[in-house]
Amino acid sequence: MSEIALVDRIICAAAQVWKDDGEVLATGIGIVPRLAASLCMRSINTDLMMTDSEAWIVQEPVPIGPRGGYQVKRESHMGFARIFDNVWGGKRHAMVGPTQVDRFGQGNISMVGSDYAKPKSMMLGVRGFPGNSINHANSFFVPNHSTKVFVSGEVDMVASVGYNPARLEQGWSLEEVADVRYVFTNLCVMDFGGPNHQARLVSLHPGVTAAQVQEATGFPLYIPDQVPTTADPTPAQLALLAELDPHNLRASVLGA
Amino acid sequence: MANKLMSAAQAVAQIKDGMTVGIGGWGPRRKPMALVRELLRSPARDLTVVAYGGADVGMLCAAGKVKKLVFAFVSLDFIPLEPYFRQARQSGAIEVMEVDEGLFMLGLKAAAMRVPFIPTRIGLGTDVLKHNPDLKLVPSPYDGKHWVAMPALPLDVALLHVDRADARGVCQVKGPDLYMDDLFARAAKSTFVSCDELVESSHFAQGEEARYVPWERSETTGVVHLPYGAHPSSCAPLYGFDTKHFKEYAASAKEEGGWANYFDRYVQCSQEQYLERVGGPEAIAKLPLPVF
Repeated sequence: MSEIALVDRIICAAAQVWKDDGEVLATGIGIVPRLAASLCMRSINTDLMMTDSEAWIVQEPVPIGPRGGYQVKRESHMGFARIFDNVWGGKRHAMVGPTQVDRFGQGNISMVGSDYAKPKSMMLGVRGFPGNSINHANSFFVPNHSTKVFVSGEVDMVASVGYNPARLEQGWSLEEVADVRYVFTNLCVMDFGGPNHQARLVSLHPGVTAAQVQEATGFPLYIPDQVPTTADPTPAQLALLAELDPHNLRASVLGA
Repeated sequence: MANKLMSAAQAVAQIKDGMTVGIGGWGPRRKPMALVRELLRSPARDLTVVAYGGADVGMLCAAGKVKKLVFAFVSLDFIPLEPYFRQARQSGAIEVMEVDEGLFMLGLKAAAMRVPFIPTRIGLGTDVLKHNPDLKLVPSPYDGKHWVAMPALPLDVALLHVDRADARGVCQVKGPDLYMDDLFARAAKSTFVSCDELVESSHFAQGEEARYVPWERSETTGVVHLPYGAHPSSCAPLYGFDTKHFKEYAASAKEEGGWANYFDRYVQCSQEQYLERVGGPEAIAKLPLPVF
């Protein structure tokens, strides 16, 4: 068996998250999520919609990096205001990279620290996380699985809503406000399908143990009796991936 | 017939201490940077700045102009973290209203529609509500649920940059996105627009040109002719953003006296001097549009 790069394994596994979504807008923020969405649109769910990451819906995913002779095949306009129209209608599934995630599936990209008025580290701001998370499905990619990301308490600034009953407002149920699908990391795949939406181990990358994942996670994981190994990519998937990432930009994503 | 042509100094002179100023564009895209530099040189202070933020916000923070910032993000995109905004936040120098990008848009829309709020589900279950106690929940008259009431974000002044305009305030944007500039114009009492090209009104009678005019001239208070007035941000399709300049700007934040040096070189000068110092108009015209 030839060596399979971890990042390729993660991308091919992550491509499955849009499998049963039908005609939704797949948005992957960052190299791994975007390649996963692109791979899915090319080979698994060909009804997916994607943008050129600027202002247009495209007929086929745009390869990442310098374009060379590649011409973007536009399908419709998709400026920012229209993205919100799509978000608010719910026909979207995004894969994003929060800086912190907690046991409720709440995510943070805004700031880190205990004093909101004077953050230890200011990052981006909440961006579109609040609106995305309460309107459509979201999955996460975390390149460095650690207790710094998967924190023991709540995230320092709850930017995306999760399955936290204490935060429900009058008349709302957890299933109405949150749809956190999958979490992909350099160690494993998780979801929030344990009892009472507890974070659950879905698969382990080769050579990783459940104990290692638990140790790198700041909250208790639901670990089923049998945890499969994250599937090997197929040769056809790897060939497609090479087309979608002609400059091999994915090689540096995990800090290799 | 109205002639709304004015200088950048005349436009910015309308901005008084304590006003709420909306700035169009998005991150490093189509920001009215020449007007922002004019504002940096002006005495106006204690401003509430409302923006999908980029270096406009960072510079106004660095110059101590900002009392309060209404934002969803501040980023230069390819440089994700805006250095001077970070310094201002981390030192506790500014008050903030941090909201979702879409909530922000609803706030402008409410102001433009002259209603006090727009109901939405956005923000429920998040710390956006915790850190903005003024952002209230309202019971729906139609179901048993509580909804977020996003308050209107009325602006005293909006500053925008467009591709071209005429002296009556007819403004045209041919880039692929408006970045909510139309809502900024409608949410503001006064809107000052810089343009790369000043054209005769007859320009808009040609072919489909009028389809690229996103708001009525009644929303435009003043027009300032400032070629390359968006630099170092982009004005697609005319020019892309200046990555080299943004890197120099970001690097200055790490140096002792970095902002003062940047200010002396790139703000404390005329627009003509500025254009020469960043490489000249010909070089800006050749800045490639970004590819993602």
